[in-house]
Amino acid sequence: MSQYALQQLVNGLTLGSLYALVAIGFSMIYGIVRLINFAHGDIVMVGAFATLGLVAVGTPWPVTILLVMLVGALAGVTVEAVAFRPMRAAPQVTGFIATLAVSIVIQNAGVMILSGQPRNFLFPEVMRTRVPLGGATVSLTDLVILGVTLTLVSALLLIVHRSKLGIAMRATAENADVARLMGINVNRTIMLAFALGSGLAAVAGLLWGGRFGQIDPLLGFVPGLKAFVASVIGGVGSLTGALLGGYLLGFAEVLFVGFLPPEYAGYRDALVFVTLILILLVLPRGLLGRSTEERA
Amino acid sequence: MPAAPSLRVLALVLLVAAAVALMQLAFNDYLLTLASIILINVTLATSLSLTNGLTGLFSLGHPAFMTVGGYVAAILTFPASRKGFMMPELPEALAVQQWDLLPAMLTGGVVAAAVALLVGFPVLRLRGHYLAVATLGLIIIVKVLVNNLDGYTRGGLGLNGLPRLTNLWWTAGLAVVTIAVCWRVKHSSLGRAMMALRENEMAARCLGISALRLRMTAFVLGAFFAGLSGAQMAHLITVITPGTYSVLLAFNLVVMIVVGGSGSLTGAVAAAVGLSVLSEALRPVEESLELYGLSQVILALCLLLILVFRPGGLFGSGEPAAVRRFLGGG
Repeated sequence: MSQYALQQLVNGLTLGSLYALVAIGFSMIYGIVRLINFAHGDIVMVGAFATLGLVAVGTPWPVTILLVMLVGALAGVTVEAVAFRPMRAAPQVTGFIATLAVSIVIQNAGVMILSGQPRNFLFPEVMRTRVPLGGATVSLTDLVILGVTLTLVSALLLIVHRSKLGIAMRATAENADVARLMGINVNRTIMLAFALGSGLAAVAGLLWGGRFGQIDPLLGFVPGLKAFVASVIGGVGSLTGALLGGYLLGFAEVLFVGFLPPEYAGYRDALVFVTLILILLVLPRGLLGRSTEERA
Repeated sequence: MPAAPSLRVLALVLLVAAAVALMQLAFNDYLLTLASIILINVTLATSLSLTNGLTGLFSLGHPAFMTVGGYVAAILTFPASRKGFMMPELPEALAVQQWDLLPAMLTGGVVAAAVALLVGFPVLRLRGHYLAVATLGLIIIVKVLVNNLDGYTRGGLGLNGLPRLTNLWWTAGLAVVTIAVCWRVKHSSLGRAMMALRENEMAARCLGISALRLRMTAFVLGAFFAGLSGAQMAHLITVITPGTYSVLLAFNLVVMIVVGGSGSLTGAVAAAVGLSVLSEALRPVEESLELYGLSQVILALCLLLILVFRPGGLFGSGEPAAVRRFLGGG
């Protein structure tokens, strides 16, 4: 395989991994509370800056990953407590507005505290080594992103499909009232779902910073929206769908930028959202989604 | 016997006209521009109140429609002598045009409404949250297009040096027309159907209300007024760039509607005036403390508190009795 084609393939896989990490948590949270979490993208930003802070005080990288996940989980739980729990009985629109408000607070507090200037974000030197692969080379960063994503996603799928917590989560997503009758602590389950999803988003922030080298307090906005697009492609609420959607979106973007004349590259973000609108037109349930017919 | 509502409306319009005339005499340039911006915000909040408040949609698309309306109008009113230099790729037929504000603004509004129709068709059939994200996406799509079509729009530089064609008469006139249209819609069978749809979609459909058509009407009408406002704003501050109208603006408009009470036009007007004045007043504080973003944080926190403790906003979904009696129709 030529170096160019391989590099594009790898670019698609890394970008797809980052989208998938964000989208899967987004989709999981949506599946349970039936609300879009606009603040989910901002957790990515929180993760990136937490990494910067932890590395600055000399925390070793493996510990950093765990701590960043913890910080993300805490942030997610806070978002849930502030914006979701008090609004649970309110109409759906109220919930949207609340999470949008939380997102604006996080972004502007970020600008206030950290200043809007982008900061450099460096992975250790060793990550830039090129690993030979099939006659060409791949950077270690990209392999690590792929590895971390696949590990975390497998762990999440295992939790959701095999553990007691996962059963509780799926039951709550199916019907919160019945789940409560079965003795499930619905509040705790929702909180843990936010913790898990936001933990993944924070790690995505760490990887995002390492891949693109610069971070700023508004960096979460576009990935958050793209995660939504990814989960719509896969079918909102379906975890494997979000994974699939994330990778499809990553590949679509890379193909668009990598194989079309350069003057079209600027249209990349427009492409993503035009795709969203087209998908909603022809396949509103997404690839793996279930019918969302409303019940009376 | 009290005068008929139409006479009172006439009296009110005359009162507004007198106030505008007085302000034109008494205010300096800064205050006049500020008053115009507040009135544009009133137009925006009122029209979004129709879409988001009354019909229960959740559109964040106003900035996108403003950008569309603003650019279309700006391209039409731009002095023909400078067009060749600023917009080299403009077709000959457009490059020789130099329109007045009114037709240019209306064209901008119609194009914005057409964009809303195009986006609304796939998205409005689905449940609410898709519209929120699709309209956020639309803001990005419009921004990317404007940035990249630099032969028509000068890309990221934006169009500056637009003729300052508007003044307080225009912005006040637009605000009055918007409020009048929204008031009539709200107090007609159309408005009642919209509110029925907001309260319970299934019940509304069972009564024979076409959800898609009604949502489309509300969405497109809102977009039309947003397009007009975008054109007004561009010709007021004489510049338009791809980022002039951002997501933050959409959020601020949503705050106005929630604070005023969703569906209440009086509330939307009051909140638009109040919050515009508040954010202008907070600006020096923000600058002296060098804490940029502070006013947004305060605004968002206030919003969360209102959602928790007074979810109905100032006026709930209705209009205060005094306003209703005065204008009739409620």
